[in-house]
Amino acid sequence: MREWADLDVQDGADGTIVALSGPLVIASIDRLDRKLRALDQPVAAIDLSNTQDIDTVGAWTVWRFARDHDARITGASEQASKLLEVVRGAQSDAAVAPPRGPTWIRVLGDIGITVTNLGHGVGRIVAFLGAAVVSFGAVLLHPRRFRIRALVRQMELVGVNSLFIIGLMSFLVGVVIAQQGAVQLAQFGAETLTINLVGRITLRELGVLMTSIMVAGRSGSAFAAQLGTMKLTEEIDAMRTIGVSPMEALVLPRILAAVLMMPLLGFYASVVAIIGGATISHLTLGIPFMTFLARIQEVVPIYDLYVGLIKAPVFGLIVALTGCYQGMQVEGNAEEVGLRTTQAVVQAIFMVIVLDAFFAVFFTELGW
Amino acid sequence: MAGQPDDTAPATGSDGALAEITPPYEGEYPIVIEGLRNAFGEHVVHDDLSLKVRRGEILGVVGGSGTGKSVLMRSIIGLQRPQAGRIEVFGKDITGAEPDQNIGVRSHWGVLFQGGALFSTLTVAENVEVPLKEFFPELATELRHEIARYKVVLTGLPADAASKFPSELSGGMRKRAGLARALALDPELLFLDEPTAGLDPIGAALLDDLIRNLTDTLGLTVFLITHDLDTLHAICDRVAVLADGQVVAIGTIPELLRSDHPWIQEYFNGPRARAATATADRRQRDGAAGPGAGGKALDRPAGQGA
Repeated sequence: MREWADLDVQDGADGTIVALSGPLVIASIDRLDRKLRALDQPVAAIDLSNTQDIDTVGAWTVWRFARDHDARITGASEQASKLLEVVRGAQSDAAVAPPRGPTWIRVLGDIGITVTNLGHGVGRIVAFLGAAVVSFGAVLLHPRRFRIRALVRQMELVGVNSLFIIGLMSFLVGVVIAQQGAVQLAQFGAETLTINLVGRITLRELGVLMTSIMVAGRSGSAFAAQLGTMKLTEEIDAMRTIGVSPMEALVLPRILAAVLMMPLLGFYASVVAIIGGATISHLTLGIPFMTFLARIQEVVPIYDLYVGLIKAPVFGLIVALTGCYQGMQVEGNAEEVGLRTTQAVVQAIFMVIVLDAFFAVFFTELGW
Repeated sequence: MAGQPDDTAPATGSDGALAEITPPYEGEYPIVIEGLRNAFGEHVVHDDLSLKVRRGEILGVVGGSGTGKSVLMRSIIGLQRPQAGRIEVFGKDITGAEPDQNIGVRSHWGVLFQGGALFSTLTVAENVEVPLKEFFPELATELRHEIARYKVVLTGLPADAASKFPSELSGGMRKRAGLARALALDPELLFLDEPTAGLDPIGAALLDDLIRNLTDTLGLTVFLITHDLDTLHAICDRVAVLADGQVVAIGTIPELLRSDHPWIQEYFNGPRARAATATADRRQRDGAAGPGAGGKALDRPAGQGA
């Protein structure tokens, strides 16, 4: 059983005396603290003669009570007097957290901040794109400054290392489209159109779109977290002072890697999706694998491939740009890294889908 | 806390869930290390290291870079599992305890990490409240705030620093905030990892004085890792020298100076050491003049920082 500190209210010669007993340490103080706070009669003295151990928390509780009731402290041991002296010198009424206004003001304030940040954010990310273009131009003028090794490394991370997961995802997407498409088309006796469906939708839309989403999740988030952590540990500041431009050394290789790898990954994803569709058609629809592939050549216009390949680098640019931009915005603490990484992925995917819609309208108008 | 192997009176009665209050440690050696061995792969950091820390002393731990000062501290506080050896804290064998295992001594020590290691999303006062909430959740919120406030002031921070976030503080203030958190539970044992590293000489001297004063008034035992010769001279009762994976010497500085270990000779007789000795001598001579530590720190020999 824990021994709690306790109090006893006595009548003394010159008024009420509060006599404390038990150990006055952090582990035993809670009940005494509450009782002392509840005591609202005038008190002349607080007596410590019956107390045992004391630490600064006990001393603080006693001293605060004495201060609030204007009471004397009697019977303090040598240790107690020393600690009372320590806490006397350390009293403070400062806030423990920054002051918070009423809820409705904070809600309005937050809305305002969000709106202005949205406006400024658009401006800043365009400025960031501009800075990236400028440093790309500078690198073109001074090709020896170009960090080819960093680029190759990022291409490996963005492209080669994601081949398995993107392949698996695309294969399954192809399977699902073919299988579900066949069920619907069978109502019109047009199962063979499954080939058109799989070929056109993967080459034109889904191959690149799904790949962008995967790259945003894999690489966009990694860019934001890497750059954000480097920002926190002042590595980026260190680079600047040495004369290395973080834009050239960190941002440009990442953006270029994404721009270069996205068309390759998008094409690869489309091909694997077609293979997936062909496999399931071979197994369940009775369309031989090779016939499926041969028909693809006949039913899919080459423009579908062009549409996909034109969109891919743009999506790569968006994913890498938001990732790097959000990473470079990190300031202050570790929580910000997580926040910015989330934002990078959400913004990248959102912008890719919005832009995809524009592309769809644009290319249809073009007649492709 | 609950369920700790405690040999004192058995827990009975309605408060059975709450642990016994451990009385202050009365033994002579709060920390006893015997035959400690730490190795990372092929690299042996400690081999058969033994060390005893006396109650109430400030023990300075010195050693060249890579001699395992921080590893030693991490072993004692249970963040690093030793390959062999025995570590006793407050007479309890804690060797091989998991980092988050309940060993009943964690509320009796405070640790100041090298960078402060403050939780960056909490204010300074909230940082101090973390161990309070963890170990004594029953404390009234108001009392908890009060404790956090006076601890902040106690460590020499301005009162309004309590509501600031660590990123808004300077390096020296962060060290003090870390010290405030380390002192949150009124520990008997304090681990300090290079408390004065990265501080200006005046700030370092003030922090030294603060540590000495707190040690004396609160009756702490301090395990202090440092490279700062001024700190060693100014506040350490004894100094332990780590080299070759062992404690090669332990004692007061005059005792160490009589040792003929080459590293100790070089360390305490180098140009920087002589300057620190001169400062320490002067501090001792001026000792009666007054408690103004900042003033004393100012009149150091020129070239001290070179």
